Amino acid sequence: MTLRVDDQGGLAYSGYNFAYLDEQTKRMIRRALLKAVAIPGYQVPFGGREMPMPYGWGTGGMQLTASILGADDVLKVIDQGADDTTNAVSIRTFFERVAGVETTTSTAAASVIQTRHRIPELPLSRHQILVFQVPIPEPLRFIEPSEEETRVMHALEEYGVMHVKLYEDIARHGHIATTYAYPVKVDERYVMDPSPIPKFDNPKLDMNEALMLFGAGREKRLYAIPPYTQVKSLDFEDHPFEIQSWDEACALCGASDSYLDEVITDDQGGRMFVCSDTDYCQQCRGEVA
Amino acid sequence: MYVAVKGGEQAIANAHRWMADRRRGDRHQPELQTEQIRDQLGLAVDRVMAEASLMDVELAALALKQASGDLTEAVFLLRAYRTTLPRLADSVPLKTEAMHVERRISAAFKDVPGGQVLGPTYDYTHRLLDFMLLAEGEIPDPERAQAGLEACPQILDSLDAEGLIEKELDDGTEPYDITRDPPDFPVDRATRLQMLARGDEGYLLALGYSTQRGYGRNHPFAGEIRQGTVEVEIEVEGFDAPLCIGEVMISECQMINQFGGSREKSPQFTRGYGLAFGRNERKTMAMALIDRSLRAEELGEPVQGPAQQAEFVLAHADNVEASGFVSHLKLPHYVDFQSELELLRRLRREHDLREPSEQERPV
Repeated sequence: MTLRVDDQGGLAYSGYNFAYLDEQTKRMIRRALLKAVAIPGYQVPFGGREMPMPYGWGTGGMQLTASILGADDVLKVIDQGADDTTNAVSIRTFFERVAGVETTTSTAAASVIQTRHRIPELPLSRHQILVFQVPIPEPLRFIEPSEEETRVMHALEEYGVMHVKLYEDIARHGHIATTYAYPVKVDERYVMDPSPIPKFDNPKLDMNEALMLFGAGREKRLYAIPPYTQVKSLDFEDHPFEIQSWDEACALCGASDSYLDEVITDDQGGRMFVCSDTDYCQQCRGEVA
Repeated sequence: MYVAVKGGEQAIANAHRWMADRRRGDRHQPELQTEQIRDQLGLAVDRVMAEASLMDVELAALALKQASGDLTEAVFLLRAYRTTLPRLADSVPLKTEAMHVERRISAAFKDVPGGQVLGPTYDYTHRLLDFMLLAEGEIPDPERAQAGLEACPQILDSLDAEGLIEKELDDGTEPYDITRDPPDFPVDRATRLQMLARGDEGYLLALGYSTQRGYGRNHPFAGEIRQGTVEVEIEVEGFDAPLCIGEVMISECQMINQFGGSREKSPQFTRGYGLAFGRNERKTMAMALIDRSLRAEELGEPVQGPAQQAEFVLAHADNVEASGFVSHLKLPHYVDFQSELELLRRLRREHDLREPSEQERPV
């Protein structure tokens, strides 16, 4: 493997196909994606490949991104909402090298956004695709560990246990104690794990203009929410779904409508809150990313 | 003032540079050559090849060097490389009965046609550190039997002739390929064996051991363990017989286990099977124990021990998957953690409103 200067003047690895995966593999993944789009929220098994990054670090999302990426695409990669977290940097650099595509940190400028644990604050458009990295695709997994069983439960729409679990939370804590990876029902049919995004982001899944794809590399499953699909977070009439809120606003940009990360500033209990979405924060501050 | 952490790219590059320096170590020492690893750390090379599912001693040695001897990391490197290789042909099934045997033992029979051959082994060595190896010394050439081995029939076949052991017949089904398609539980035995063959040796060893200690006991005898080279053959258009494209060193273990049988069928010994690239005897023995324990349901035995639960055993056997998911806990999780913090603070606030705090409570 050698470094070469590609047509755009960037550095790229030669000896590998465009976007790393061979075309046969991409075709296999695209077929699975088409099935996923046709059955919103349904987990489609696919022949996941080893990627040169560890399982659990976004290999599912990377395989999906690699399969849909074209030479004209503009790629953004975020982790925890930020473009500059180490793994986001690593994945972005990977695609710069093996695909030579243009990358950006601007949500608005990107055509493909690969994400871990967040949905950008800026509403997405129908020209964009959001690719989620998924650790455990099965929302019922922690209730029923066997894949054989959970597949039957999905087929029979046997989701009572999920409501029982949420009810037990309320009985014990007075609240539903699931704060991220909060289960949703897609198009009134499949219960789906939206990946470990905070439940703050769940409402953004509903009737979103963008295509949302979910890839779980280790578990070899992918699923999708097509544009304008109804996505409802599970709840009860007397305990309606609600999202996190903060008393504070972002200490950097002053935004009060974004998801905030807590940053410890000293050892005296000092702390501040800042936007988890770094691009959103910069836009609010009027900076150019 | 908090500033968002920038420059991750530079930090990553520097970290890798530091790691490379660590790997090289003291520059006064000669650099380790991959040929030395290949020839002198052969069992490590074999283990990496088996768990990576790629037979290539040069590349496995390179992976070990690059990983500073971390076997799991080396397996990962080789596995990731394997994925990029095109599939040119499928071999016909290996004929292990035609193996050029280097080692072959049976614990079930004192003597067997073809003989018992100890071969190169650490068995029966006294595990005393050999301080002579600290100094450079000449190692004498091996003493080997002059006569080549006769044909070496599979020992279990001799039981087969009498009907004492269950028959294993190729029903001609195209095996499922776990490297191309995701395993779909419940999986058949051929698929299970594929998954075990690339499974982590330590994991298989522990689970195999658990069956010996009573968690799904099935009373094994080491019917035959053999090591040696077998020819790999492929079918080529225009040729009647398959063509040999080379030889691979493999280890094979066949366990003889306690009886199955029913009112209709007379009792027979059952089998457990293990196979791996290279000299991986410990792994193939553990694999054979687990193969047998995973047949519990098929053979009408109660499923009680962890090693009998196929989905549990197989879904966690791959160390590339396992180490990836465990190590991903190092990645930032502060968005999720923030969610938990927010909820926990709320729950504690509400709890304090309901109940007087512990300090205020009368003693």
